[in-house]
Amino acid sequence: MTAVPVEVKEPDVEDVVVPDRPWIVIVWNDPINLMSYVTFVFQKLFGYSLEKATKLMLDVHEKGKAVVSSGPREKAELDVFRLHEHGLWATMEHQ
Amino acid sequence: MIRRRVRRDRRGEFELRIPPDERDLLRSVGPQLRDLLVREAASAQGGEDTAVSRLFPVAYPTDEDRQTEYRLLAHDELLASHLGALAVLEETAGADRLDEDQLLSWMRAINHVRLVLGTRLDVTEDGDERPRSARDPRAPAFAVYDYLTYLQGEIIEALSG
Repeated sequence: MTAVPVEVKEPDVEDVVVPDRPWIVIVWNDPINLMSYVTFVFQKLFGYSLEKATKLMLDVHEKGKAVVSSGPREKAELDVFRLHEHGLWATMEHQ
Repeated sequence: MIRRRVRRDRRGEFELRIPPDERDLLRSVGPQLRDLLVREAASAQGGEDTAVSRLFPVAYPTDEDRQTEYRLLAHDELLASHLGALAVLEETAGADRLDEDQLLSWMRAINHVRLVLGTRLDVTEDGDERPRSARDPRAPAFAVYDYLTYLQGEIIEALSG
């Protein structure tokens, strides 16, 4: 008699979901970009209200930097890229 | 009365009222920036000209591996994007009206020129570096920088209106 082999499903390592730690996108102050320009770019790229975009711009201007967006790495990289397209000094790091 | 250089019209397009000498200036800055960008692209790692490097900021300042990977992925696309905006400015430097996308390209191209020029001139927020006399050899470059700053302000006002 031969036992029917029992299929044992090995856990698939790639199925294990590692929670993606969020990344934050930071815009740093610089002496050249105009305040009105920075506000406009935040509104245009992120759909922020004038009020929110102005507050972030003032944080950049007065505190030297501001976190302007966050999310998975791919999204953060895209946001950084779009900010660089507009000449803003943006970096990203783990939260 | 100062005449507005850029005005949104009823159709949602933008009317340009820019005198010929200013248009000549806009035409002249395009090829200069293009040369700098192309030269930067030719150098393997970039970063040889700090003013041009300002247009290719580091995304991962504390992670060299990720930065190398990011630069490989993004650099050429960013260069193409900068050159594209510049091409629109050059092609439409004589136009009487622009659509919104064209004006957004002007805005970016003019800002790129300001960033390179401003970095070269060591522009600071308090303005201490400004020439005190018209005979200062840096005065013409500051005049171009100030004009582009003024025009960019006009463009942003028209786009925001």
